[in-house]
Amino acid sequence: MASSHQASGIQAGRLAAADIADNFGDLHPAYDAHEAAVAADRCYFCYDAPCMTACPTSIDIPQFIREIQAGHPSSAAKTILDQNILGGMCARVCPTETLCEEACVREAAEGKPVEIGRLQRFATDTLMEKDVHPYSRAASTGKKVAVVGAGPAGLSAAHRLAMLGHDVVVYDAKSKAGGLNEFGIAAYKSTENFAAREVDWLLKIGGITMDYGKKLGADLSLDGLKADYDAVFLSIGLAGVNALRAAGEDMDGVRDAVDFIEELRQAEDLSALPVGRNVVVIGGGMTAVDAAVQSKLLGAENVTIAYRRDREAMGASRFEQDLAASKGVTLMFNVMPKAIHGDGAAAEIELEYTQVEDGRVRGTGETVRLAAEQVYKAIGQSLQGQPEAVELEGGKIMVDATGRTSVANVWAGGDCASGGEDLTVTAVAEGRDAAMDIHASLMG
Amino acid sequence: MADLTTEFLGIKSPNPFWLASAPPTDKEYNVRRAFEAGWGGVVWKTLGSEGPPVVNVNGPRYGAIFGADRRLLGLNNIELITDRSLEINLEEITRVKKDYPDRAVIVSIMVPCEEEAWKAILPKVEATGADGIELNFGCPHGMAERGMGAAVGQVPEYIQMVTEWCKKYYSKPVIVKLTPNITDVRFPARAAKAGGGDAVSLINTINSIVSVDLDQMAPEPTVGGKGTHGGYCGPAVKPIAMNMVAEIARCPETHDLPISAIGGVTTWKDAAEFMALGAGNVQVCTAAMTYGFNVVKEMISGLSNWMDEKGYTSTQDFIGMAVPNVTDWQYLDLNYIAKAKINQDDCISCGRCFAACEDTSHQAIEMSADRVFTVKDDECVACNLCVNVCPIEGCITMEQVPAGQIDERTGKVVSDEYANWTTHPNNPSATAAE
Repeated sequence: MASSHQASGIQAGRLAAADIADNFGDLHPAYDAHEAAVAADRCYFCYDAPCMTACPTSIDIPQFIREIQAGHPSSAAKTILDQNILGGMCARVCPTETLCEEACVREAAEGKPVEIGRLQRFATDTLMEKDVHPYSRAASTGKKVAVVGAGPAGLSAAHRLAMLGHDVVVYDAKSKAGGLNEFGIAAYKSTENFAAREVDWLLKIGGITMDYGKKLGADLSLDGLKADYDAVFLSIGLAGVNALRAAGEDMDGVRDAVDFIEELRQAEDLSALPVGRNVVVIGGGMTAVDAAVQSKLLGAENVTIAYRRDREAMGASRFEQDLAASKGVTLMFNVMPKAIHGDGAAAEIELEYTQVEDGRVRGTGETVRLAAEQVYKAIGQSLQGQPEAVELEGGKIMVDATGRTSVANVWAGGDCASGGEDLTVTAVAEGRDAAMDIHASLMG
Repeated sequence: MADLTTEFLGIKSPNPFWLASAPPTDKEYNVRRAFEAGWGGVVWKTLGSEGPPVVNVNGPRYGAIFGADRRLLGLNNIELITDRSLEINLEEITRVKKDYPDRAVIVSIMVPCEEEAWKAILPKVEATGADGIELNFGCPHGMAERGMGAAVGQVPEYIQMVTEWCKKYYSKPVIVKLTPNITDVRFPARAAKAGGGDAVSLINTINSIVSVDLDQMAPEPTVGGKGTHGGYCGPAVKPIAMNMVAEIARCPETHDLPISAIGGVTTWKDAAEFMALGAGNVQVCTAAMTYGFNVVKEMISGLSNWMDEKGYTSTQDFIGMAVPNVTDWQYLDLNYIAKAKINQDDCISCGRCFAACEDTSHQAIEMSADRVFTVKDDECVACNLCVNVCPIEGCITMEQVPAGQIDERTGKVVSDEYANWTTHPNNPSATAAE
């Protein structure tokens, strides 16, 4: 029996298992063939299409939609995967509303873009359901490449390198591949274990050895890797979480949002996952929304996102904001955490109102207290555990346009590297492009 | 609201929208529903001779092609004339006409090309009280193999002969339905007139294979692994039908021959276009088969609304009005100069005009780095392709360059004098302007 929204403290099973299963269903259910046909018919096949330009991986979107229109979604999938080997996941997690779909000319014409993301999912699902891997490896080059980090950038680089005939070893500190796809995004964006299935499908290319439980700095060193491999690709993500710098931050119930999301994503039974009656998430990005919405879906009574700037400055897209609001999450703007109160465990959070002067956030002195047994910190992640030898830029590993770091034969991509937004699709593009440059460098 | 009452061959109907002889008019049940929906008249599905009726295939009869969102653009069929007995049809026609005296009821007939056959059926049809007959010289499939339908319609002498028989044995109007499966529609039209036909109706369906089943490797509709050519109709055939209607309407020998136009009429506008080209009324089939009989309601309101806007009080006011403006290419004014103009407020930057012009036309559209598309007047020949491929209606327009201004493409001053190919210096057989 569910313990209800109103049960005090941090409790598991606030909702019946069936309700939780329902809540965590697909955010955008897959199109059936008819829906895909209707949606595809709306594409105008633009010249030098703006959607394609807006896509970090430059997928030939008009081409793949035309292939769906013409009744061969498997070719559409190939068009997508040629540019973005994680096209299946990107179809689920890309903020299309700020990328391809924002650029769609039908957004300009009618305020309703072609639903590119869902069409991409239709195409990639069709291919993956056939359990077909449409790529094969080139003849072996005899070269070996180490990839550190099995997230989107690492997987993308590994696949491309393996396809080009190199032998790849992918190391990851965790016991599973996928990176943020597996551990870091909302469950309703990657249902039915999609992240893991996609990795299995990707590895069918062959030539990629996965080596888990290996952490750079502990089990691996850059010098060692450089000695053992012809090239190294670093895709170690952002392992550090920024601190709140508010009193009471060390109390029970105060946690990093990424840890909560990871626990949730790996949970066998969501109804066994405890959640507070009152949850406050600090931050304004996608992680904040993912943590807040999922808390609500687990049955928390009151969930608030507290963001220190205004709505326009929020990192999460308007779509994500509206999603949170539609699930009953309260969005508070221009507030910052001042203190967490409680007797060893969080009970209340004290927020101070802010105003922005010359771009800087300042407290106004006025405060408000919200009940909060759980406080999630989602105020950004930072680079952690990078090799000392690599030069940094803006807190990230400095790379050039093709991912080269300051160290010879070492490339980097994904969230750990400078340049580009911290998005799955950007990471895939960076991994792919670095792989092409590694290939050129090794074969040159 | 404009009065849509139309008189065609003295037959009055409350509007010019008749259902063509086809599956929708095969039975009393359908026709009553059609009249209740508002159709002005029907041409009853073609009757054959007395005796055992024809049989149809027991597999699929129709095939189709589609536009975006599976909008049906063209339909083809391999159905034959009515497969119900002559007696039942005649009884039903009699009852329907009696109950709907204000609607036109025309009976389509196709019997063997022998005088006796026509002599036998015509008095029976006359006895129904129907307003006229239509001679089915058009069906391209099945019946043509038996020497009927298009097999007659493709031979002007036969058309004339059979029309003469009909005028001899039938007292009411005789409409001759023409097949488009010929090279020049004016010949069969002239034959119909020569035989005493009161009007022509056109077009019947076009020989067609709409699709091929690539698994069975057979045309569709596929019946037991085989397919045959069928009759093509629907929106896709309208341009072909309009040209044929116009050719008859502007031919000096047939310009006074009343025309009932058929071919892809789907909305009021299609009907108005056919009528502007000289048709006294229109017949509809595919639109009804696609959407049901209620489509006539839009046709009625749309035509009426347009007539009110234009100040037309009767369909007679505009029938044939476009005919004088249908001419031969050689008489088109070569001094009429236009340029495409892209309205930037309406443009959604899809770039289709650019792709079309750059790849397949005259390289007359400029694309800026920020996707602003503009016409290069010094390259634009006003071909209109950009207008046709633009997804936003009215975004690209063709603007006439006024006389006295310079055409930037040729560098010449635009003349206000009419000049056509017949007098053009490049024409080897030009007649010098006097």
